Amino acid sequence: MKSKEMELKNKSESDIQSAAEITREGPVYTPRVDIWENEKELTLMADIPGVEPTGLEIDLRDNTLTIMGKVKPEEDHRYILKEFGVGNYYRQFTLSEVIDQEKIAANVKNGVLTLTLPKVERAKPRKIQIN
Amino acid sequence: MTRYRWYVDRSPFVSEFGKLQREMTRLWDQVYPQEASSEGTGVFPLVNIREDHDNYYVSAEIPGVDEKDLDITVASDSLTIKGERTIDIEAEVSYHRRERNAGKFSRVLTLNNRIDSDKVEASLKHGVLTVTIGKAEETKPKQITIKAS
Repeated sequence: MKSKEMELKNKSESDIQSAAEITREGPVYTPRVDIWENEKELTLMADIPGVEPTGLEIDLRDNTLTIMGKVKPEEDHRYILKEFGVGNYYRQFTLSEVIDQEKIAANVKNGVLTLTLPKVERAKPRKIQIN
Repeated sequence: MTRYRWYVDRSPFVSEFGKLQREMTRLWDQVYPQEASSEGTGVFPLVNIREDHDNYYVSAEIPGVDEKDLDITVASDSLTIKGERTIDIEAEVSYHRRERNAGKFSRVLTLNNRIDSDKVEASLKHGVLTVTIGKAEETKPKQITIKAS
């Protein structure tokens, strides 16, 4: 497959409408994500450049998955060219599947988060032995 | 004749006003540098550039790109950032969202001054590329001491 040119997409500033407001000042961006699923698990990949692994908060409760990536605020520099802004990332998703909380795995590499959310194993049919 | 004079009288005012407007825009842009929305080049990646006495600092967000897939070159006054971002497409899964994109990219930046190609350093950290480019010695401003005669 011939690879195509990378398309330019500007960062979109998040329009937070969450119950808990962000207390810190500064812009908040919506990370771009890919989400897919198979029978076993749900996988989410998000572009969060500038977020250190320690600055990442992933929270799952009541079917709501929250991803918050903290970016070290930049020093107050004077730019001769400024094309992108720097700020935290925030995004929430509502999950329809029941996730096995214990087995959630997160990995960050080169500013990309990979989150694996295994589905809860359905009750397998099993034979009941009568003694 | 009268008409001509009227025209001449008017035009300096118009041009003065235009000048004022341009000047205000320039000042405004200096204080609040525009983000790409208005003057972007439409080329990936977006960059921020700042400078000090010795160096230019170019930063770009390129998540998901490995060091080995990046090619950074400098010429006398330009910097080229080339690379490719690949995203594996999973087979036999159903996608809910696909917002991330992949492909080849190449961007050339021309800087105001000549650069010292021996003093270029690049680092890639958490998907953010930072290139520090030393300015050529001859382009740096020099202080001249006046000797008392």
